[in-house]
Amino acid sequence: MVRRATVRRMDRREPKANAGPQRTWWLVLLAILGMLAHPALAAESTSFEQALGNLATTSFKQKERAIGELLDVRHANTRVVLNALLEGNLYYRKSDRRVFIAAAQDANLRLQDPLTMSAAGTADASEYTKITTNNQLRKALKSALAGFDLADPDPDVRLAAVNELLRSLDADSVSILRARQSAETNDAVRTAIHTGLAIADLDSEDAAVRLAAVEQLEGSLNPEAFNRLTAIVARSDDGSYAEPDERVRTAARTALAKIDNWRSFYSTLETLFFGLSLGSVLVLAAIGLAITFGVMGVINMAHGELMMLGAYTTYVIQLLMPQYIGASVLVAIPVAFVVAGGVGVLIERGIVRFLYGRPLETLLATFGVSLVLQQIVRDLFTANNRPVETPAWMAGSLQINEALSITYNRLYVVLFMLIVFVILQLVLKKTSLGLKVRAVAQNRAMAKSMGVRTEWVDALTFGLGSGIAGVAGVALSQLTNVGPNLGQTYIIDSFMVVVFGGVGNLWGTLIGGMSLGVVNQALEPYAGAVLAKILVLIALILFIQRRPRGLFPQKGRAAEG
Amino acid sequence: MRKNTLGGLKQLAAALALLSTMAAQAADTIKVGVLHSLSGTMAISETTLKDTVLMLIEEQNKKGGVMGKKLEAVVVDPASNWPLFAEKAEQLLVKDKVSVVFGCWTSVSRKSVLPVFEKNNGLLFYPVQYEGEESSKNVFYTGAAPNQQAIPAVDYLMNEVGVKRWVLAGTDYVYPRTTNKILEAYLKAKGVKDEDIMINYTPFGHSNWQRIVADIKKFGSAGKKTGVVSTINGDANVPFYKELGNQKISAEDIPVVAFSVGEEELSGIDTKPLVGHLAAWNYFMSVDTPANAEFIKKWRAFIKNNKRVTNDPMEAHVIGFNMWVKAVEKAKTTDVNKVIDAMVGIEVPNLTGGVAKMLPNHHLTKPVLIGEVRADGQFDTVWQTEGLVPGDAWSDYLPGSKDIEADWVKLKCGNYNTKTLKCSGQNYE
Repeated sequence: MVRRATVRRMDRREPKANAGPQRTWWLVLLAILGMLAHPALAAESTSFEQALGNLATTSFKQKERAIGELLDVRHANTRVVLNALLEGNLYYRKSDRRVFIAAAQDANLRLQDPLTMSAAGTADASEYTKITTNNQLRKALKSALAGFDLADPDPDVRLAAVNELLRSLDADSVSILRARQSAETNDAVRTAIHTGLAIADLDSEDAAVRLAAVEQLEGSLNPEAFNRLTAIVARSDDGSYAEPDERVRTAARTALAKIDNWRSFYSTLETLFFGLSLGSVLVLAAIGLAITFGVMGVINMAHGELMMLGAYTTYVIQLLMPQYIGASVLVAIPVAFVVAGGVGVLIERGIVRFLYGRPLETLLATFGVSLVLQQIVRDLFTANNRPVETPAWMAGSLQINEALSITYNRLYVVLFMLIVFVILQLVLKKTSLGLKVRAVAQNRAMAKSMGVRTEWVDALTFGLGSGIAGVAGVALSQLTNVGPNLGQTYIIDSFMVVVFGGVGNLWGTLIGGMSLGVVNQALEPYAGAVLAKILVLIALILFIQRRPRGLFPQKGRAAEG
Repeated sequence: MRKNTLGGLKQLAAALALLSTMAAQAADTIKVGVLHSLSGTMAISETTLKDTVLMLIEEQNKKGGVMGKKLEAVVVDPASNWPLFAEKAEQLLVKDKVSVVFGCWTSVSRKSVLPVFEKNNGLLFYPVQYEGEESSKNVFYTGAAPNQQAIPAVDYLMNEVGVKRWVLAGTDYVYPRTTNKILEAYLKAKGVKDEDIMINYTPFGHSNWQRIVADIKKFGSAGKKTGVVSTINGDANVPFYKELGNQKISAEDIPVVAFSVGEEELSGIDTKPLVGHLAAWNYFMSVDTPANAEFIKKWRAFIKNNKRVTNDPMEAHVIGFNMWVKAVEKAKTTDVNKVIDAMVGIEVPNLTGGVAKMLPNHHLTKPVLIGEVRADGQFDTVWQTEGLVPGDAWSDYLPGSKDIEADWVKLKCGNYNTKTLKCSGQNYE
């Protein structure tokens, strides 16, 4: 219903495309309209008003009909009204069911008359009812608006419009696309239109047209194209083919084989990326631990809570600068480092330093600290999860082609992890602090006798590891829930990565985390999320049995420390 | 010496006075147990319910209490720890001798306290939608049974949206597993083929959804309209919906209908990417009735927060509490057996403009509403059942439970087998 109305509207806009008897008919009609200009316009307005009035209902079926009527009357304001409906800015007055475009302003509505587009004052929101939409209605609206957008000067808008029409191809949208085909100048838009038309041509009566369409679709990764080609080669229950022509079937098989190859290639790439991104999260969570546990030998059970502090820091920063959500995450990184690092130094000075060389007591004490930190956060922020907004630049995905897209937030996390890793390596290898940290880790007594203030180095090392945990928390706030239990979910994984990679070795942590991520993601499609995790754990236990010092055990003098 | 004796006497007198006031109080009050987790993972959801019960008690006391006696809340914290639920329930029933308990959220906590309530003949009101397959003499189920939530939601997707391919995604525990078993049987009975059903389970608090969402996307691009029925629990929903948004799966293409996501859960999420996804409940905060508007006003005044939301399990407690008050007044005693007998058949208005009636199987009649998520974290009701749906304790779509009936009036049994004509009497293993 809606779609047909769009077609008619398009016809009028581009009469060239539909030359022939219809066009003469239009001319006659236009002539009559010209003669009766004034009353006809008035009539158009009345029917527009009527169609508008029909929107003031709670039945979605009636609303859909009203949208069709709106498109049928071809009023100049149809598009604005439909757009307002899609955005949820259309209201009707409860008293007389008159429809207005309105913007909410506190408890009031700023009204606009959809007939004249002039402002109609403000009113109390409680006297108006919003005209709601549901999924089907929104889809119909988007498709109707896409019809309008096909003639937009911006090629990106046109491409979006074509893709919108491709979502639900039928006779009407096909005829709109066919009409647009010759006028389109942009390559990408034309390719999209051609794909759509080729899919439509698969239904043609003419075998030659079908064959051409199949050949056209050969390199396409469009899922709809894949489904339709699969349908061509499929046998129905009685053994006969849906496609009568042998040539078309052969061509479809060739096309499918090619598409299949590409699809499996891209899906391998996808799995690899999923694995790397999961691995990055693991490495980020574990790398701070690799310093406190790996280098200093302190089993810090509060490590997860330090990540949680980093995530909460992001939330607080967003509260402080609500206008700049995009920048807030970047600001949160150094702040989270300082906050978590500071807490880390406090833990080290206050508790851990009295317990060096007593791993069991350290474990229990830091576990206690973790509970304390959780409860502090619960008291400050309540037990509920806090909503951390995703900046616009981290939302959505990078569409590489129709079979492969990479979500931005995961991509940034991978990059972020690499940056953190490089910086940490530089700190440990190129700075005097790094030198002292390594010296103390290798031989405390010797370092002390060389004039290194080991106590001071211990505090800073612990602070560094804790700070990195805070930074990881910023990244996690974009991926998971920010709540008091955030840390607990990651602490086990972190220890797993560090032990697997080899204690005291940052490279081991990197390789270990990445390989655990990839293996987990490669198993998941076959085993399911629960079993994949279990299998990875079992494999890990077996591995540690054979190589207790992990992937990259420390050698030489460092191994003794 | 003398002074000391005098002091001792004074103390004794004070203690005696204290004891006598306590005794007087005990005689004048009716104790109401509140068994909701106030710490641990479930605190997020259950703390709200504890506050709801406290509000209802305060309100009832303002009206003069029940049978002229004030209500007194006994709040315990089972700390999201399932065995602790049983211990705390025992404490409420045996030590505090409460007349009624409002409590539990997860099915596993309910299963944990069930033997305690049956052994001590307690009275429990359970306010959360659950998987059914249970009916205890001592429990009143004020949340939805599967036929009051899951089945109507699937009907809506099938008939109104035209969904042909189904993803049943859930967290790996008893409620999703049983619900999905019922749904799978139901879908197959409706002629859906095996290859058009995809079932997926994830651990509690799962956060890495990229693979599963990519699989759902692939499953949904096979040319048939696809819908996701989600029994994913609490926390894990946020990253799940985030991933859906990032992979550009819109509700128009693949709608997700959730059974565990309500207003409270959405208040912790950035809801913009979720717009259009569905939830099935028996109550929405956005329902425009005078009773609901008044309830929201009272709740916000009680909790002293003008932004707090209300949700379905809260409504269930409101209904359950009002029913209990009515039953006690009808039975003119708080004696558990008499109240249980008085409960069945009691009707109280719900908040969406209908009437909830307690059925002989200890379940309620409820309207079923399907809502689409709005950008502000509320729901737009897009569909609702005509009239009320009676809760069915034992699903008609599972082979084992098809023949089982619960009726505490005529049969005096929670699981009566209509084939073997026997009552097994067991609700827990």
